[in-house]
Amino acid sequence: MELINQHTKMIMEGCKERARRAGLRFGNETLEYIVTNKDLLELSPKHMIPTLYDYWVNDVEVLKEKGRYELYPNNPYETVINTRPAISFYNDNNPDWLNVMIFYHVLAHIDFFQNNMFFKHTTDEDFAGRALSDKSSIAVLRSEKGRWVDYVIEFSRGIDNLVGFHSELSELNHPPEMRTSRKLDFYYDTFLQTIRKVSLTDFLNEIDRYNEAVRQYGEMAESVFFSGVTRTYPEFEALFDRHKKRGQQGVRDLLEFVLRNSSFLQREENQWMKSVLEIVRKTSLFFQPQIRTKILNEGWACYWHEKLFLKDDRIKGNEVGFARVNAFVTALPRFGINPYALGMRLFSHIEEMADKGRLTYDFQRIRSARLRRDYDKGNGSGLDYVFKVREDFNDFMFINNFVDQEFVDRHKLFVAGRRLNNSGRTFEYYVRSRDAGKYKQMLLDQLYHPPYIEIDKSRMEDDCLYLNHHFEGKPLIKEFIPNTMLGIEYLWGGPVKLETSEPVEKAREFQPGQANPPPDVEPPHQRVLYTMKNRQLSRAVL
Amino acid sequence: MEKESPICHESSAEESCGSGGRLSGEPLFGSSGLSAFRSIYGFGDLMVLQSSSPPSGAYLQNLSAIGELLERDKQREKDGFPRKIRVGRLIKPGRGGKDKIILVPTTVEEKFIHDVRKTDPKEESTSGGSGEGKEGEVIGEESADGLDGPAGSGAGGAGQGEGAEHEIESSAYDLGKVLGERFQLPNLKSKGKKRSLTRYTYDLTDRHHRSGQLLDKKATLRKIIETNINLGNVSDPHHIDPLEFIVSPQDEVYRTLSREKDYESQAMIFFLRDYSGSMEGQRTEVVVTQHVLLYSWLLYQYERQVETRFILHDTVAREVNDFYTYYNSSVAGGTRVESAYRLVNQIVEAANLARDYNIYVFHGTDGDDWDHEGRETIPQIRKTLGFASRVGITIASAFTDRGETSVEKYISDSGLLNEFPLGMRMDSVGENATEVRLIEGIKKLLS
Repeated sequence: MELINQHTKMIMEGCKERARRAGLRFGNETLEYIVTNKDLLELSPKHMIPTLYDYWVNDVEVLKEKGRYELYPNNPYETVINTRPAISFYNDNNPDWLNVMIFYHVLAHIDFFQNNMFFKHTTDEDFAGRALSDKSSIAVLRSEKGRWVDYVIEFSRGIDNLVGFHSELSELNHPPEMRTSRKLDFYYDTFLQTIRKVSLTDFLNEIDRYNEAVRQYGEMAESVFFSGVTRTYPEFEALFDRHKKRGQQGVRDLLEFVLRNSSFLQREENQWMKSVLEIVRKTSLFFQPQIRTKILNEGWACYWHEKLFLKDDRIKGNEVGFARVNAFVTALPRFGINPYALGMRLFSHIEEMADKGRLTYDFQRIRSARLRRDYDKGNGSGLDYVFKVREDFNDFMFINNFVDQEFVDRHKLFVAGRRLNNSGRTFEYYVRSRDAGKYKQMLLDQLYHPPYIEIDKSRMEDDCLYLNHHFEGKPLIKEFIPNTMLGIEYLWGGPVKLETSEPVEKAREFQPGQANPPPDVEPPHQRVLYTMKNRQLSRAVL
Repeated sequence: MEKESPICHESSAEESCGSGGRLSGEPLFGSSGLSAFRSIYGFGDLMVLQSSSPPSGAYLQNLSAIGELLERDKQREKDGFPRKIRVGRLIKPGRGGKDKIILVPTTVEEKFIHDVRKTDPKEESTSGGSGEGKEGEVIGEESADGLDGPAGSGAGGAGQGEGAEHEIESSAYDLGKVLGERFQLPNLKSKGKKRSLTRYTYDLTDRHHRSGQLLDKKATLRKIIETNINLGNVSDPHHIDPLEFIVSPQDEVYRTLSREKDYESQAMIFFLRDYSGSMEGQRTEVVVTQHVLLYSWLLYQYERQVETRFILHDTVAREVNDFYTYYNSSVAGGTRVESAYRLVNQIVEAANLARDYNIYVFHGTDGDDWDHEGRETIPQIRKTLGFASRVGITIASAFTDRGETSVEKYISDSGLLNEFPLGMRMDSVGENATEVRLIEGIKKLLS
C-alpha cells in the first residue's frame, strides 16, 4: 500500500476546503492509500484495518453466507476507516474528476464518523494505532502460550456480537447533570428495590427526602442524606462497601461479565486471557455503530458528494461522466433496496420537509391531501435539520421517523414480493404493497439486530452461568449453539445454560394432488434449555 | 485464455459474496429464495463507487496451506475441542457447461445469531422496489428451474472445454485424496485396477520426415519457413515472398499410422437427485454436498477414469448435462422416485453400458414418494441392481424423529437390502447433517 501522489492529495485538500465551507466538520489530517487486488485480499478479512491482530481464521475461506452480516457486522470492502487520522482507500486508475466525487463522499463519511453520537466511543481514538498495539500483544502472547491464544480468541469471538454497545454509549451520552454518585445509584436501584423491597410509596418518599436535602443543603446534600440513611438502615454502609468490592457495577455485556466473574479467568495462570477478551470486546465495539448506520451514513455521503461535486469549479466538463457514475450509485433499483439511493433521497426529503415547516405537529394533524401538498411555511431550516439528523440518529430511528406516505409515493416505492407461481416453475415478482407503513416495516425487518441474550443472575446456582434469550420471533441458528456454548463454558470455567425458543417440529405431509401445501401460520414455539457441562451438550424442553 | 467470471450463487450481479465464488456445502439464505434481493449491507463504497471487483485468486495458496490447517485441526481434537476445518468446495461455472470445483479449506465462526432461513420453500420473500405498477401486479419473472440457459449455451470451443474439464478433475481428484487421507475412507483398489489400458486404436498421429502415408501440409509449411528464416531468406516478415523460398526434402513432414492406447473409463456414476418442491433448502444442500464428495472420492479411487451422468427427477426424470445444472436446479412438482430409476435402466440398456463399466448409482432424496408402497419403484430398483455395482440411497429428511419416510419404509419392507447385501446401501441423514456426518455416510454407502 502506498499513499496517493502529491497531485491527488492537492485535489483532496481542495475538497476539504469546500466541504468545510459547506458546513461539514472533520479532523484536519487524513491518509489516503492506493490499494491493489493483492492488498484487498489481505485487508478484507481484517475488515480493512491493516493493523488488526492476526488470527488463523482470517487466512481461511470462511463460510460467511449463512448470516453473513449477523456474524460480521461490517462491510469487507469499506473505503473509509473510522480512525484518527481517518484512512481511505482508492484504486490507482481513477481519473481526477472521479476522485473529486469520491473524496467528497469520503469526507462526508468522515464527518459522519466524527459527529454522529453512535460513534461517540470512537471519537478521539486512533483505532489503527490501538489495533497495532493489540496485534503485538497478541503476537507476544502467542509466542508464550501457543495455540491456546487462538482458542481464547475463538471463544471470545463467539460471543462478541453480544457486546453491550448501547450500554457503553448510554454512559458516554449521559448528560452531566444527570450523573449521580454510585452510592445513590446503589441506594435507589439495588438497596431499596432488591434488598429491602420497599413499597412504591416508601420509594417515592425516599426520593422526596433526597430532593428536600438538595434544596436545603446544596452541595452537602448527599452526605447529610446518607447520614439519615445509616440511621434507618445501619447495615447500608457495609453492604455498599461489599458491593463496591465485588465490582459488578456496570457490567455491560456477557464478555465483560465473564471477564470479571469467571473463576477460571481469575486463576493466576489464566490472567493473560483477560487481555485477549478485552481486545476482542473492544474491537467488536468499534465495529458496532457502522452496521447500525448503513443507510444513514451512505445516504449522507451521497447527499453531499452530489451537492458538492456539482458546485466544484475544478471539474467543469465532466458532468456527463459524473452523471453516469452517480446514477449507477444512487439509482433506485426496480427490485431490492439500495442504501445509497434510499438514504440520499430520504435526506433530501427531510430537508424539504423542514424547509417547508412540515416536521411539526400542525402539519401532522392535517388530513386533507390538498392542504398537505400545498403546505409551506417557508421556514427554510432544512439544512440545519439534516445536520441534526446526522448527529442524533441511527438507521432505525431514521427510517422509523421519516419514511412516510409522501416519501413512498414521491419515489414510487413499493414492497416487492417474490413468490412461486402456480405452475411451480417460475418465480414471480410483484408489487405487494405501496403502503408506507408496510414499506417501513419491511425496511426495519432488514436491519441488523443481534439476539437479545441476558445473564439471569437470579438463576445462577452452583457456579452455573444462566443465559436467557429473549425471544423476538426468530430462533437462534441451532447448529451454532453447541460450539458457541462450548466456548463460553471454557471461558467461564463452569457449566453454562441457555434458555431459548425453538419452533415445535411438526409433521409435513406431502400428498399427490396437493403440490402447494396451504401456507402455514406462524409455527408455535417452545422454550428449551440447553446445558453445556463438561463439554457435553444436553437439551430439555421447559 | 479463457476467462471465467465466478457466479455467486444465482445472480451474477451479487457483489456481497466475498471473494467471488460460492461455497457449496452450506445451506444458504438465498437457496430458499432471495436470489434477486440483496441485503442492504451488501453494498460497499469500493465496489459501488470505484467499481472495483472483489479480489480473487487466493485459492491455490489456500490449498497449499491445507496440510497445516488439518494439522491444527488434529491438535484441536487432542485438546478436546471439535474439529473446525471443513473441506469446502467452490463451484465456478465455466464455459460450455464445464464447471470447476475448486477446493478451499473452510470454516465457520459460530455465534448466537438469528436463524432467518426459511423453513418452507413456498414462503414468499420480500424486499423493496420502485417504479410503476399497481398493487398485486406481477412485474417480473425468473425461472425457478436453476440456470438451464447458460449451461446449455456456448457449446463451441471444444479444445478449451477439454482443458476446463481437466481442471475440474484435478481439483476433485485432490479432494478425493484429502478425503482419503483425512477421513480414512475405504479403498476400492481391487476393483479399480481390474480393467486397464486394454484397448488400442490406430490413428495417423506420429510424424515422420521425408516419407510417410500422408503429407502434413501445415507442419511442412512451418518447417519450410523455419529453414528459410535460418537461411536468411526472409528479410521483411510482413512481406514474405514464398517464391524465394528454398524447399528441401528434409522439410517434408508426413504422418504415419501408429498404435494408440485408449484409456477406458472404468466407472460410470449415475447421480440421481430428487428436486421436487419438498427438497428445497437444506435437504438439497446435504444431498448435493454428499454427491460432490462421492464424485471426488470415486474419481480418486479410479485414477480419474470415471464418467458421470446426472439425473434430476420430480414426477418425471430428466438427464442434465453438467454438474452445475444438477446442483442448481430446484423447485418442481411432486415426487416419483420410480421415474429416475426407470431412466437409468433405459440409458444403461440402450447403450449396453453394463458390459463396459462398473456402474454406480447414487440417489439423494428426502424420502417422500407419492408411490407410498413402492409398488412401481421396487421393480425398477431391482432391475438397476441387476447391473449396478452399488446403489446408494441417501435420505435427507427434515424430520428425523418422526420415524421412517416412505422410501425408507418400502425399501426395508421389500427386503432388497438383504437380497443384495453387496449391491445396495441406504443411509438416512438429517437435513442438518454436517460434513463429517456426510463423510460417515459415504463410508456407509461405499462399504
